[in-house]
Amino acid sequence: MQTQLADSLKDTPEGREADRILRTCVHCGFCLATCPTYQILGDELDSPRGRIYLMKQMLEGAAVTNRTLTHLDRCLTCRNCETTCPSGVEYGKLLDIGRKLAESKVARPLSQQLQRKALATMLPQKKLFGGLLKLGRMAKPFLPATLSLKIPPSPLSRQGREAITPHARKMLVLAGCVQPALAPQINEAATRVLDGIGISLIEAENAGCCGALSFHLNFQEQGLEAMRRNIDAWWPHVQAGAEAIMMTASGCGVTVKEYGHHLRHDSRYAEKAARISALTRDVSEVLLSEEAALRGWLARRGPRESSRVSFHAPCTLQHGQKITGVVEALLTVAGHTIMPVSESNLCCGSAGTYSLLEPDISSKLRDRKLGHLSAPQPDVIATANIGCLTHLQSGTPIPVRHWVELL
Amino acid sequence: MIAPKIIRRLQSVLPPDCLLLATEDLKPFETDGLTAFRNIPDVVALPETENQVKSILRICHESGTPIVFRGAGTGVSGGALPVDGAVLLAMTRFNRILSIDPLARLARVQPGVRNLAISEAAAPFNLYYAPDPSSQIACTIGGNVAENSGGVHCLKYGLTVHNVLSIRVLTIEGDELVIGSEALDSPGYDLLALLTGSEGMLAVTLEVTVKLLPKPERTQVVLAAFDDIGKGGAAVGAVIAGGVLPAGLEMMDRLAVEAAEAYAHAGYPLNAKAILLVEVDGTQEEVSEDVMRVREILLAAGATEVRTARDEAEQKKFWAGRKAAFPAVGRLAPDYYCMDGTIPRKSLPDVLKRMAALSEQHALPVANVFHAGDGNLHPLILYDANRPGEWEKAERFGADILELCVAHGGSITGEHGVGIEKINQMCVQFGSAELGAFHGIKACFDPDGLLNPGKAVPTLHRCAEYGAMHVRGGKLPFAELPRF
Repeated sequence: MQTQLADSLKDTPEGREADRILRTCVHCGFCLATCPTYQILGDELDSPRGRIYLMKQMLEGAAVTNRTLTHLDRCLTCRNCETTCPSGVEYGKLLDIGRKLAESKVARPLSQQLQRKALATMLPQKKLFGGLLKLGRMAKPFLPATLSLKIPPSPLSRQGREAITPHARKMLVLAGCVQPALAPQINEAATRVLDGIGISLIEAENAGCCGALSFHLNFQEQGLEAMRRNIDAWWPHVQAGAEAIMMTASGCGVTVKEYGHHLRHDSRYAEKAARISALTRDVSEVLLSEEAALRGWLARRGPRESSRVSFHAPCTLQHGQKITGVVEALLTVAGHTIMPVSESNLCCGSAGTYSLLEPDISSKLRDRKLGHLSAPQPDVIATANIGCLTHLQSGTPIPVRHWVELL
Repeated sequence: MIAPKIIRRLQSVLPPDCLLLATEDLKPFETDGLTAFRNIPDVVALPETENQVKSILRICHESGTPIVFRGAGTGVSGGALPVDGAVLLAMTRFNRILSIDPLARLARVQPGVRNLAISEAAAPFNLYYAPDPSSQIACTIGGNVAENSGGVHCLKYGLTVHNVLSIRVLTIEGDELVIGSEALDSPGYDLLALLTGSEGMLAVTLEVTVKLLPKPERTQVVLAAFDDIGKGGAAVGAVIAGGVLPAGLEMMDRLAVEAAEAYAHAGYPLNAKAILLVEVDGTQEEVSEDVMRVREILLAAGATEVRTARDEAEQKKFWAGRKAAFPAVGRLAPDYYCMDGTIPRKSLPDVLKRMAALSEQHALPVANVFHAGDGNLHPLILYDANRPGEWEKAERFGADILELCVAHGGSITGEHGVGIEKINQMCVQFGSAELGAFHGIKACFDPDGLLNPGKAVPTLHRCAEYGAMHVRGGKLPFAELPRF
């Protein structure tokens, strides 16, 4: 596509990167087909191609208003378009640049500023969020539905935790920000399975939010700070021989895998960030590469009840990390039956804080997704990311679990 | 410019989010899949109900305001290019499948439904919609009807016109017409054939009833590699002459293979000068027999390698690369210009050779991806729009290719339509008598010329101007018209 970037941008690193990405787009329109917001709203401005054009004109120096910002806000960042794009347009990276620029040119209404600041401050802090969640559980009857439905009941008391023996093989695991409070059972299950195949998981003391929450709310510097803090927390363990940094939330996984990209201009961290990204693996990737050991453990443990499972692949897993079919295969190995689900490429509408910021579009997508997931009448819906899990559970009585809990 | 009075009338029939007026919102609609042509629309309407469409048509008709229709904006002839002073009317919100009748094997759909979505919805009944343009993931059925779109499988199963049973349309006066029926033939003039491919010049489609076909019992894809593009071209004719009618018969040259492989990882042989993809379908026995025959013919035609897809997954990969080949070429150059001419199959080797010479003459690379079976060429001219003068060079190269097709007894469009892109070549294809007949038909439906003005059918004056620059064999085309 022809481009003519504004003089003030064209020689900056971001301007050059944006220009490179824009020029790979040939405006074919394939991306419209798999964009969730375009499916719902039917306006090209709410599609990847429309947003690319909006960003292009902004980068070329045209006046920008709240309209552009709104259409960029409405993007779920699911990156389904990147999977569909034959020309290899790196839409997600362009959007990071576009959102930052739009926000610098357009003032948000104060209410929006406060809401976004509050989310970016509270959610990434494990302890603060845990405390707020406790309060929320007590105040649940008084909260608006968009919020109260997202609050899961307290997890069951942790019964029968087997003693975990330390192994020579070690991997780091990220606790994350909201997951320890909302669903501690996920990392417990992962620890149990990994122990079964002879790997010890370590949670590094100071590691916390991966940075995605603030970064995508456009507090990009705050996001980068979280990334640096995690790198510092993990580095000694990496040097001590941790084989990998394992993720049980695909939303965090996709972000940590891109630390190298986000910190490439940071001379102190660029190299370490690239190494951390290279070591990062989703729990499904770890188990796939240890399939023989997994089969051995499953055989020793003996059969468990098998379920009919509808699997929702989070966008951060299938589009962000391009991991497809792996979880389904592992669940099948464990004796479960995977049900066929239509429109499996589409987002469930959770998308980090999106479900709180764009509740209308988000709930339409959730209901559409739940329609497809529940059609084959499963016993359980499985997914691979905490955000999708709580979002989907808020709209269905069918239990929604992290798939690793089903092993 | 559209008068404020007319804008106010449009506002009175459309909710605010159905009418875009700010330049910021309008610019993304300035072009479709053919980005070399751009024009910012004055206003974009995104109606949600048929009544709103009717009201827009009435307002435009009464006020003499032109209208350009748009579907997914994937067209590659500039058919949805905005026209000055016109309303750009996008039908994308009409995206519901109204009904599927598996016994009668038909589907009733709104015009904004994606081509592929029809086959997906019909899949549980083991049925599908046959025409499959490469953009089928995104392009709408309304756009397919407007352009009479083709695709890989049209060799055996026909174009859009052969697969649509009936359409419900609105005329510029806002009157509703139902054309065709659920039966295979209807009495009277064949208006269905007339409207299919009329490029938004005669009416706007509200509903389409399409034929669904049972999925073949078995399909198999054979891939053949050639060390010479001419040999590949000759093999195409040999397959058809050998009595096999493949479901699809496609050719890609080295550049196209390189780009498609980078996207689809289909395992295409990267060292070949050309590859052919041959799909045969039918019963188990028919397919087994045809695959054997096709392999023999291809080897006899000089194929250096003939490979049969191992399983369905590999078949899908073979096609995924081909279907994404156009945009995948975006990996080789910042811009490409996709042509769409047809020639008789027997001329393939000669035309390909001439095209290579033209490529050298214009100093622009060309990637070839095409429906070889029906002689429908899609040369992709690679250029860089940011380099001054390069687009003009690409456009001239393109015009030469189309005129090369006509000289070989072919035509200037196989399936992409004329739009704005090939309007001058219409003057090469037709004389004033034929163009006069087109103008007569246009006047019956749209006497004021409000629907998609300036597209698809050139005025005789336009041809005279174009012809004046293209004196061929000492003969001045359209000599009877005054020059100015």
